[in-house]
Amino acid sequence: MTFQLKVNGQTHEVDVEHDAPLLWVLRDELGLTGTKFGCGISACGACTVHVNGEAIRSCVTAVGTVVGADITTIEGLSAKGLTPVQQAWIDHQVPQCGYCQSGMIMAISALLAKNPSPTDNELAESITNICRCGTYPRIRNAVHSLAKA
Amino acid sequence: MPSRRMIILGGLGTAGALVVGYALWPSHRLERADKLDAKSGERFVANWIKISPDNSVTVVVPHCDMGTGIFTALPQMAAEELDADWSTVKVEAAPSDTLFANGALAEGFILTGRHMTADQLPAFLRGTVANTFRTIAGFMNLQVTGGSSAVRATGVYGMRVAGAAAREMLVKAAAARWNVATDECTTKSNHVMHAASGRSLGYGELAAEAAAYTPSSTPTLKPKSAYTLVGKPIPRVDIPKKVDGTTNYGLDVKVPGMSYAAIKISRVFGGKLKAVSVGDVLKMRGVQKIVQLEDAVVVVADRFWRARDAVASLNPVFDNGANGGVTSAQITARRTAALKSSDLKSDLKTGSGADALSGGRIVEATYQVPYLSHAPMEPMNATALYKDGKLEVWSGTQDGLGARAQCAKTAKLDMANVTYHLMPMGGGFGRRLPGFFNFLDYAVQTAMAMPGTPVKLLFTREEDMQHDYYRPNVMSRFRAALDAKGMPVAWTNDYTTDGGADEQAHIDYGIPNQDVRYAKVPTHVPTGPWRSVEASWHGFFIESFVDELAHAANMDPVAYRLQLLDEKPRHAEVIRQAAARAGWGTPMPNGKARGIAMFESFETIVAHVVEIEVAPDGTLKVDRVVSAVDCGSAVNPDGLKAQIEGGIIYGLSAALFGEITIDKGAVMQQSFPDYDVVRLAQCPQIEVHIVESGAALGGAGEPGTPPIAPAVANAIFAATGIRVRELPLKNASLAAARPQSARL
Ligand code: FES
Ligand code: FES
Repeated sequence: MTFQLKVNGQTHEVDVEHDAPLLWVLRDELGLTGTKFGCGISACGACTVHVNGEAIRSCVTAVGTVVGADITTIEGLSAKGLTPVQQAWIDHQVPQCGYCQSGMIMAISALLAKNPSPTDNELAESITNICRCGTYPRIRNAVHSLAKA
Repeated sequence: MPSRRMIILGGLGTAGALVVGYALWPSHRLERADKLDAKSGERFVANWIKISPDNSVTVVVPHCDMGTGIFTALPQMAAEELDADWSTVKVEAAPSDTLFANGALAEGFILTGRHMTADQLPAFLRGTVANTFRTIAGFMNLQVTGGSSAVRATGVYGMRVAGAAAREMLVKAAAARWNVATDECTTKSNHVMHAASGRSLGYGELAAEAAAYTPSSTPTLKPKSAYTLVGKPIPRVDIPKKVDGTTNYGLDVKVPGMSYAAIKISRVFGGKLKAVSVGDVLKMRGVQKIVQLEDAVVVVADRFWRARDAVASLNPVFDNGANGGVTSAQITARRTAALKSSDLKSDLKTGSGADALSGGRIVEATYQVPYLSHAPMEPMNATALYKDGKLEVWSGTQDGLGARAQCAKTAKLDMANVTYHLMPMGGGFGRRLPGFFNFLDYAVQTAMAMPGTPVKLLFTREEDMQHDYYRPNVMSRFRAALDAKGMPVAWTNDYTTDGGADEQAHIDYGIPNQDVRYAKVPTHVPTGPWRSVEASWHGFFIESFVDELAHAANMDPVAYRLQLLDEKPRHAEVIRQAAARAGWGTPMPNGKARGIAMFESFETIVAHVVEIEVAPDGTLKVDRVVSAVDCGSAVNPDGLKAQIEGGIIYGLSAALFGEITIDKGAVMQQSFPDYDVVRLAQCPQIEVHIVESGAALGGAGEPGTPPIAPAVANAIFAATGIRVRELPLKNASLAAARPQSARL
């Protein structure tokens, strides 16, 4: 089946199964490898992208369900230069291996769009992404610095 | 445990033997390096240091990037001695070539880790020691990043020396041009200056002439007081590409015409593939080939998800042999029996050993820790292309050269016919060290079955978790005798091991009579180094038991430890700092308490004070960790803090949740839901304080991990009176807790 996908403002035509996971379509069909694979079962958040501004886990999102939606990946997020979230990540030296950070930044950007100054509890409740390198303390500091800015 | 692993992770042992620097390359080697790795007029002036005509400096790092910041810390050390302008310094990963092997780790192990001298070396290495570390490493195909060794070995003995030697050569070249004495010249910001005549020349102009001089292996190094880069929290060079998704990990490798492979490996370790009925799988969309391997079946397809779905639909039959019935309970029973047997081997004996037990009040306890998976964020993967008798492989490993050698071996090819591209890694933690390259083997075998087609083989999270090389399950029993004042006069410890004796079982506390023994209990479960290796278990055992002794003596756990550390002022200071910063001794509300633990690993001493809360229903929350760290001195203080934070959280995930269990010979856990880890919600506030003792540099990546589990367990005891002797804590029932009025 062919689908029209609107990714980072551009429309792409892909010929895949209706239930092909968005993650792999983004990566393998469109070559957008900034979005990562960590578990494939919605347990880690490495694959987080925005669909109409909402953070979703693309590894369990069937392509057929996001046709016509605005999909944004990490590549689209920084298309016009670094966002304040990304800059805060540099200022606070957040990433270690960096593998989780695309998903982390996408998830947190979506949260901050709704709640620009989350408390630690609000942050912990809505951001369940895993970072095995343990960058959480710096993520917290970076988010709070954005709230102050 | 393969002996190779011992070589790799032996650590650098006690200081003393490693006084010789890295051998620097003579000029013919520099030429070879130029051919291999220099671009557009760049010249190698010393090992790892390239200078461009535009006067910029490139430091080539003979390690891999797994997120620990060494791509910043190592160049910082070279640039410091070179008097380079940091804003012009570029950083590159070294090619996987013997020229860039890092032998110091092997050398450190050989000469100090096992207390050997050069003439006790295996014959094939003799003679090479006196020459160069590089040769030994080349021999062994080592280019390792592990053992928290990058900064203390490559940095201290390599980067600094190379930077200083290159500086001397550049000065010589300038002095010759100007016909002045070298000691009239100074260096700063990529320039050699001659103050008397006001002349100056950029390094870029001098590089070619400088490279012709023979580098000194003992160049003059700067005193610490003259440092302008080392010791500063320089922002990491790799971070900008890690916030915009452009870092290319192994997972992201793109090779034209690439196919994707998914694998189903025998659930039972050691199982052999008997049969697989292919059915209609070859007719599934995109499926290209089914490859049968000794213990696995692989499906290659045009897209990963198609390969994954296709392999999931197969029902291969494996011959599991005798291992098909093994359970965790059986393994525990074997360990228990081994510790009861009379078959224990002596590891360490001081004073009159166990005989001294008769001299006091006996305290006794047995502990156990489970198997653990590494579960780095990026599942194991490798991309391989076999074409015209040559193999090309892309993957993230902690040893690019070792990976290349392994690929050659698996493919039965000459090293010369194998190219290996070392990719950045989404976490390592020991999983990607040599000896543990199953993902490379499967990828290479699959590529060999499809000549001409590049294949990316990727483990699903489930395969990754079920075919790891696990942190061993270990049991440890202690007996101590306390004198009338409650201080230990005898310390005995019997522990199980999958391999040999563990150096980390040796305590830093001053106890006159010690008897440490081990029982070898190998199982069919493959084990390997996991962040901090043996310190991850002995740290928990020793620091829990010392805490038990303190309570048995009715003494404050901090004061008790300090009394035992008369001869170890650095250890005592680290404890004092952590305790003071955490407000040790100030009252805490009901249900909350503090716990302390201190452990030295990889020559770095770390103490954590944790604050926890146990709710009446038994729910545990770790609120805060205050950490003090003495790694000698910090090359990059912010990088060091990040590593300690990461080490704490990695260890806390294991302490709270981590548990791999075995049933019917196979791992029962599959992914993060049943192998849970710390997320933001469980992550405590963390404060790291650096203690600058000026001692020899210790590691940073691992030493934060060992003391966290015992610090939490000790705090639980302080809060509830419940002593947890088995990890993970999720299995401990704290609900019966009777919160005491917390004193600590
Ligand atoms: S890969 Fe999608 S949540 Fe883990
Ligand atoms: S930075 Fe490595 S997993 Fe988050």
